[in-house]
This record gives sequence, structure tokens and C-alpha cells, in this order.
Amino acid sequence: MADVRIASVTKRYGAVEVVPSLDLHIPEGSFTVLVGPSGCGKSTLLRMIAGLETVSGGTIAIGGRDITHAAPSKRGVAMVFQSYALYPHMTVAENIGFGLRLAGMPKSEMEARVREAADILQLGPLLDRKPKQLSGGQRQRVAIGRAIVRKPKVFLFDEPLSNLDAALRAQMRVELSELHQRLGSTMVYVTHDQVEAMTMADQIVVLNKGCIEQVGAPMDLYRAPQTPFVAGFIGSPKMNFIEGPIAREFGGELLGIRPEHVTLSDREGRWSCTVRHAEHLGGETLVHLDSPEVGRLTVKVSGDIAAAPGVQLYATPGLDTSHVFKGGLRAPS
Amino acid sequence: MPSFSNGRSQEVAMLVPAMLCLVLIIVVPFALSVGFSFTDQRLMPRPIPTRFIGVTNYERMFADRLFWQAIGNTVLFTVLVVPFQLAISLTVAMALNAAIPFRGLFRTVAILPLLLPITVVVAIWAVLYRIPTGPLNAVYQLFAGSENYIDFIGGSDTAMVALVVLSAWATFPYQMLIYLAGLQDVPGDLYEAAELDGATAWQRFRFVTWPSLRNVNIFLLIITTIQALKLFTQVSVMTRGGPNGSTTTIIYYLFQQGFTSQKIGYASAISVFFFVAVTTIAVLQRVFLKNEGEA
Repeated sequence: MADVRIASVTKRYGAVEVVPSLDLHIPEGSFTVLVGPSGCGKSTLLRMIAGLETVSGGTIAIGGRDITHAAPSKRGVAMVFQSYALYPHMTVAENIGFGLRLAGMPKSEMEARVREAADILQLGPLLDRKPKQLSGGQRQRVAIGRAIVRKPKVFLFDEPLSNLDAALRAQMRVELSELHQRLGSTMVYVTHDQVEAMTMADQIVVLNKGCIEQVGAPMDLYRAPQTPFVAGFIGSPKMNFIEGPIAREFGGELLGIRPEHVTLSDREGRWSCTVRHAEHLGGETLVHLDSPEVGRLTVKVSGDIAAAPGVQLYATPGLDTSHVFKGGLRAPS
Repeated sequence: MPSFSNGRSQEVAMLVPAMLCLVLIIVVPFALSVGFSFTDQRLMPRPIPTRFIGVTNYERMFADRLFWQAIGNTVLFTVLVVPFQLAISLTVAMALNAAIPFRGLFRTVAILPLLLPITVVVAIWAVLYRIPTGPLNAVYQLFAGSENYIDFIGGSDTAMVALVVLSAWATFPYQMLIYLAGLQDVPGDLYEAAELDGATAWQRFRFVTWPSLRNVNIFLLIITTIQALKLFTQVSVMTRGGPNGSTTTIIYYLFQQGFTSQKIGYASAISVFFFVAVTTIAVLQRVFLKNEGEA
């Protein structure tokens, strides 16, 4: 277990600067999620920590030791890949124990470690199978097992759940969180899915165009996003943004209101709206509205409400949950 | 919707042209060979009619010292050329798969031997092997520090090796291209995972590249073996089976018997034996490698 300290790290591919200059501290034992849209540099940053990408400038230290130019296997990290990266000709046990075998560990000790990892991940009955005989979830567990046996200081996860279906993804989210609680290790997890970030992280790092937009606990980012980008990225469905005179009424240039913080009424309210479309999700309904005052608006309503297209409704924002931005930053309240 | 039987008829009808071609090109000539192998058929018509002579050609073949010499030479050539050629092909493919400068240019240059007719390749190598002052002998003389030279083609001990080197060079780009395609199919993540696991370059080759090329290897081993067993042109153009029959391969001997000595019946018996032998080797290779992979 160790912390990760990234200082003034840059990454360039020829003339293209992917990561301009990045500083970040990942505390020891934390579950830190790097989140952002495609191409924001989150995977590049993870691969630089792993040593699979060279660093153009700056330093990376793990547990106080500068590992900027160390070989990947000498950094004390283990990585779980999106594609699982299992060796297809090896059994589950051989896959899990491969790193130990290369390290020259005695067979009995290696088998004990593989058995221990298999028990943690409920892979015991599958140890003699080849990867092609496993489901996606089982393969992902094997990939995690391969990381666990090496007892790394830092676990790195590169979008590990992206290839799984929605139900399995939800299950694996819980399992990974439980695994983190059990091992107490430092984990760095890359995803573009803000739901994964919100549900699993102790600390979220929101990246945009190679720069950090905001670092903080999930609910801090939800409650007090410091930039419109973070406000739009964290939360589902996406935050409603309103510009112009109404934003100025609130004292800013841009007003952000989360869909769950708007109330709807068929009798009275602040803004008159027309229903454009309603998505019935069972426990809640997403109502998409057109308003002459604020333009397009999405509202999340608890339960299943009858909102046929063309119906006239009134929307009222929650004033204490609104977010006001000025000059690209959160306005002081 | 067409019924099942209509669908089957349609499938069969669509297969007929291809099957007819296969029958005409492969099955009929082979059946004729089998038939001729039991006769004293000659290449040129003669007054005495062709007779059925039973298994006489086969008896003669198994007692023929030159036939067994040809078998031995063919096996020796195959055993030497297959690993040599596959090793060159894989090495070059790996080099051309790496991120090297001018990779596209090198890839183009590497396939040039494949574009040359084999007779031209033989002519090039004949110059390289020339005595006493060919380029290879010049290199030998430089390192040996003497005026001695090696008669690559004229020596009984060296002629086969000369053919192996020439043949490997002439056709390795084919195997190299297939290896290159196979290498490009190996997921990059596997190498990265191995690197994180602490694998050295050799271990990455041993545990990632080599197992990932298993199917490519099976295919190339079978194809290259068959190609080697069929060696003819290089022998015909360069050594004519000599010196002292040291490079007479089974196909060259078959050609000599059928078209020089005009003994089509006997040559047919050799061809039937060759067909059975090649098929058996290919099947055994496939079965053995399949079992090994599943073990």
C-alpha cells in the first residue's frame, strides 16, 4: 500500500501535447477514479503510472520513491486491462500465477497465493479452465486475480467493466468496492462512466483535455462542481444549463440546475413548459420540456407520471440547489 | 419461402461447377495415375499395346536403389529447409512488425524474391555460388585467407545445402507475410500485461508471441513441408539431380522416369506413393499438433 504523487507531468506525442502539466496526489489506500470523456488523457495518465507510456516531463513517485523511469515490473503496480489481457493458452491458475512464475517464486508458495486469490474472487472451481471457457465476468475476475497475487502497492484499472453488460457491470462495481475494503490497497481506476465514478470512488479526478478540472469526494463534486464541465459531467441525467437574463437574475453568466432539482406542476410554477417527450424508467420519469423562457429542460420526477407530448406544465427550480457560474468558474454563494 | 429440399438442391447445384473442376483437375488425373501404375504404359505410343502388369511397378520401386536415394534426399531437404525457412520467415516478420524506420519500404523489399520467377532466382544464386571467384567464394577466401574455394553446386556434400539456402530465400516471403499477418493479430495488451508481469523480451516471445502463432505455425508447417517435398525446379535447372544423385529428389526422379526414360507406368507408381506419403505426413502433422495444443 502506498500513495502516488504526480508532479508537473506532461505527455507529448510529437508536437501534440496530450497532458500539458498535471499535478495530483492519490492518497494511500484510496480508491481514486480518473473520469472524463474519451480523449481527455485519463488512460494515458494511468499508463504513465504503469510505465507503459513514457513521461515527457515531470515525475511520478509511488510510496515516496521516484519511479518515473523505472521498468513497469519494478514499480510495484498491477494493472487490470479493459480487454482482460488473459493469456489464451494458459489455464486460469497459470494466468493468475504467471507473474509469480516469472519472478521465480517456489511452486508451493505460488500455488498457495493463487489459491488465496481464487478464494477471494470465487474462482476456485475454474482454476483448470482456459479463458475461452469463461464468461466475461469470470474473465474479469481472473484479470483481477492476476493483479492480486502480486500484492502490488497500487492497483491500476483501465476501464475494466466496459466490456460487460449492464447487470454484470453493476454486480462487479459492488464486488470491486468490497475488494477494496477487504484489501485496503491504493486503487486507481479509469472510466468514462460517471456512475462508476460516483459509486466506487473515495476521490474522483475529473479530467478534460489533459487537465484536471476538479478533484474531490463524489458528493462534493455533485453538490459543488467548480466548473460547468464538472457540473455537466457528474450527475445523470446531465445538468440543465441556462444562459442569458435568467442566469443574470441569479448573479452569474450560466445557471445550472440538476434535473432532480426541478419540480413540475400542472397548475403553477416559475417557467411554463410544453412536454416534448417522456422516458418512463419505472421508479422515475424523465420529462423533456420546451420552455419559451429557458429553452430545453430535462426534469427527473419520482414515480410514473402521465406526461403526453404537448401537455402544458410548469417548472420550478430549487433555489438552494442551483449552481451559478461566472467566468467559467463557480460563483461564490 | 423455399422448402428444405429446394434449398439443398440449390446448394448442390451451386457446388457442381467447383466440384467438376476439382474432379477434372485432381481426381481424374490421380485415378489415371493409379490405373497407369498397374500397367507398362510408355510416354510415346509403340506397336506393342499397353499391358496390365499388376503390382510389378510397385515391386520394382521398392527394390530400386535410386528411388530410395531420391526419398532420402527429399527427406533430408525437407528436414533442413522447413525449420530454416520458417525461422527466417518469423525473424524477418518480427523485424518488420516492429516500429522501425522505413518499415513500409523494407516490407516491399522483403517480398521481392517472391515476385521473381524461380528460374531467375536460380540464375542469381548460380552467380553467387560460381567458382572460383563468385561472391560467396570471395567472402570465403577473405575469411579463410587462402585461394581455395568451395564448389557449392558441384560438391556432393554441399549441393544439398546450396539448394536449401537458395530455396529458403526464394520462397520465404510467402511464409513471412503469413507470419506478419499472424503477428498483427496478437493483441498488444498481452505484451503489456507480460511486461507488467516482469517478462523479458525472450519470455514475451516464448509466452505470448509463440503460443499466439500456433494456428499459423500449423498451417505453415504443413504448407512448407508439402512445398519442400515437391522440390523440382531448382534441381532441374541448377543441379540436374547431381552430383552423383545427391540432389535427386523424388519429383525429379519421377520426372526422369516418366519423361526422360518414358516409363509412365513406373512414374505413375512413384506418383501414387508420393501422394499417399504427402497426405499421410500432412494428416499426421495436423493430428499431432492439434493434440499437442489441446494437451
